[in-house]
Amino acid sequence: MGDRELSRRGFLAASAAAGLGMTALSGCGGDSGGDSASGTTTIEWWNISTTEPTKSVWAALAKKFEARNPHVKLKIVQLENDAYKAKMTALTASGKLPDVFHTWGGGVLRQQVDAGLVEDLTGRTRPWADGLLPVAKEPYLLDKKVYAAPFDIGMVGFWYNKALFRRAGVDTPPTTWTGFLDAVGKLKAAKITPIALAGKEKWPGMYYWAYLAMRTAGIDALRKASDTKDFSDPGIVAAGAHLKELVQLQPFQKGFLGAAYSAPTGQAATVGNGKAAMELMGQWAPVVEADAGKGLGSDLGFFPFPAVEGGKGAITEVFGGGGGHALRRGAPQAAVDFLKFFASEATDLELVKKTGVLPVVPAAESGLSDPNTKAVQAQLKAATGFQLYLDQAYAPAVGQEVNDSVAALIAGSKSPEQVAQSITKTAKQEQ
Amino acid sequence: MTSTFLPGGRTGPDLAPPPPPASRGRGRRRRRTLNLLTAVGFQLPALVLFIGLVLLPMLFALYASFFRWGGFGMPSDLAGADNFTRLFQDPVFLGDLGRCLFLVVLSLALQLPFALAMAVLLNQRLRGRAVYRMLFFAPYVLSEAITGVLFSMVFAPGDGLADHVLGAVGLDGLGGEWFADPSTVMATLFLVMTWKYFGFHMMLYLAGLQSVPPELTEAALIDGAGPWQRFRNVTLPLLAPTLRISVFLSVIGSVQLFDLVWVVTQGGPDHHSETLAVTMFQYGFKRYQVGYASAISVVMFGICLVFSLAYQRFVLRRDLEGATTTMRGDGT
Repeated sequence: MGDRELSRRGFLAASAAAGLGMTALSGCGGDSGGDSASGTTTIEWWNISTTEPTKSVWAALAKKFEARNPHVKLKIVQLENDAYKAKMTALTASGKLPDVFHTWGGGVLRQQVDAGLVEDLTGRTRPWADGLLPVAKEPYLLDKKVYAAPFDIGMVGFWYNKALFRRAGVDTPPTTWTGFLDAVGKLKAAKITPIALAGKEKWPGMYYWAYLAMRTAGIDALRKASDTKDFSDPGIVAAGAHLKELVQLQPFQKGFLGAAYSAPTGQAATVGNGKAAMELMGQWAPVVEADAGKGLGSDLGFFPFPAVEGGKGAITEVFGGGGGHALRRGAPQAAVDFLKFFASEATDLELVKKTGVLPVVPAAESGLSDPNTKAVQAQLKAATGFQLYLDQAYAPAVGQEVNDSVAALIAGSKSPEQVAQSITKTAKQEQ
Repeated sequence: MTSTFLPGGRTGPDLAPPPPPASRGRGRRRRRTLNLLTAVGFQLPALVLFIGLVLLPMLFALYASFFRWGGFGMPSDLAGADNFTRLFQDPVFLGDLGRCLFLVVLSLALQLPFALAMAVLLNQRLRGRAVYRMLFFAPYVLSEAITGVLFSMVFAPGDGLADHVLGAVGLDGLGGEWFADPSTVMATLFLVMTWKYFGFHMMLYLAGLQSVPPELTEAALIDGAGPWQRFRNVTLPLLAPTLRISVFLSVIGSVQLFDLVWVVTQGGPDHHSETLAVTMFQYGFKRYQVGYASAISVVMFGICLVFSLAYQRFVLRRDLEGATTTMRGDGT
């Protein structure tokens, strides 16, 4: 759960996040409790946008919404990522959620829905939500009901160094697993480190296993495994075996088991400095590569995780996640209006241009300029299936066990079967 | 002194001069109550804080260790001793115990003797002695987090200072993957721990050495004792109380090691540097299995408690004689 989010936003946040969050809190403290007597509705909006430029862009959007709806006041509460998670867990236990709140969907949202705390938006967001990018809505669809409106979506794929690929004689990015292993072999033969991996942080390794499981067993099998708490599906075990094939080629940089993700000697920097040919990472990868290392500029390319021959999943199925806003059960109509405003083309275009998120409104694509971001967007738009980050989709203990046992597989101390067994065991322990 | 009649023989200031003999009995009782109240009054804040912030949480952790509990609301899903049986079947936890022992043994066998040697050396008349003392003590002042970040750069495989230095002197073969290799991670960690902590123990020993009376060493010298004999038979026995405290601190520190490991490796690669505290953190704050994490902390507490009590009973007894507060009074 925490790890990926922490690192992703951590680099953006620098150290200011917590302080800013507190400032925002204290700034909002004074004008709470809007007077409903005079017909003003106050809506509490909890989000995790504690960093610039998002922070001010969102504040300006709130002002704009207030100007259009004179009887509505928005009270923004901003918390830094991990603080937010802790606070929300406590609020869920107490049974009182804010009117509008940030959600990643998946296991945590399901918990809140099961507790009867979240408004079912299926009917109330029609028809405007129908126009949103289908894959972006996916994390918040539970039992075919809509529980949140997205504002951000992203996916994981391979970010590669075109120059290094050329030098190794790999002209086009591979589309099959065999082709991928071949490319790794060619890179090795050309004395280029094929892949950078942050072994210390575990979640980047999990991406390989998750994608392989999606390609071999299929998304439905993963969902079923999580529902029945049984991960022994042959396809899932096969995913581990495929990962082992890759590990046995020794494709990773020297000392990868101790490498962090965004540190100066970490995975992102290794790729960003041209010392490894690729990494499997989310849409934020180019930013971190340029931040922790030099960045690759126009040499940077993107290709989707290859398909596995004979597997049930297609290359067009994506693994990723994003952010959305859910409403507490019984939230006023103004809150729904706000979601509509936030998911409008004009707003999304502003978000895409100013805060660097990928568009959830297809028409807002015009705000994109970077070719790689466009490639990711194209992939998302054409997605035929979606799997949320496993550590968000599953209960925390199960998500951590996936990360942990896959890390053991990569380190060579667990077999593919043992990975499946460990995850199953942990899943069964959770109630 | 009149105050010796009070429990503990040390409580309370003398509030008034001794009253005249006629009313002595009543006055004494009043004074005693007054003193008791004063004592309670002064101790109450500390006591409340200790009970509220140390004792109750400890008891609660003990309670929680018998439940399957996610950390929110009150624990309700009773698990009996399940958490503990699961604990002792968990290879990571058993590995933690082994690694703990590894660190304790190495600390006692290498780190402390090294610190002692440095202390004896820096106790000699030596040019720039104060500078050396300061230099060796400096790492102790750094926080563990800073130390961790620093050394993950020094030992970065291939690119780090350590590899460059080894390469420069033609010892490339000795360079490895340091923290990234399961077979060298603990040794590297121990190296960093020694760098950080030997200065502290050295300071302890230096302070101890200052209190060794030079007459004794001189007397031994006159009796014809060599340097080793003087050290072995005069200095070391007189330094024993300091040594015993230093061993105690070192062992407890090894059992509770967390910050450094968390910053440098997070327990990896593949659990090969995980300590009890790291495992506890993983389960408590990453997996939200707080009941299980509590069980780990209870075991950790048990290890520290048993060790402390046994150590005090059998090893520190002589040093503590007369130092602890007893009800014995001064016998007047």
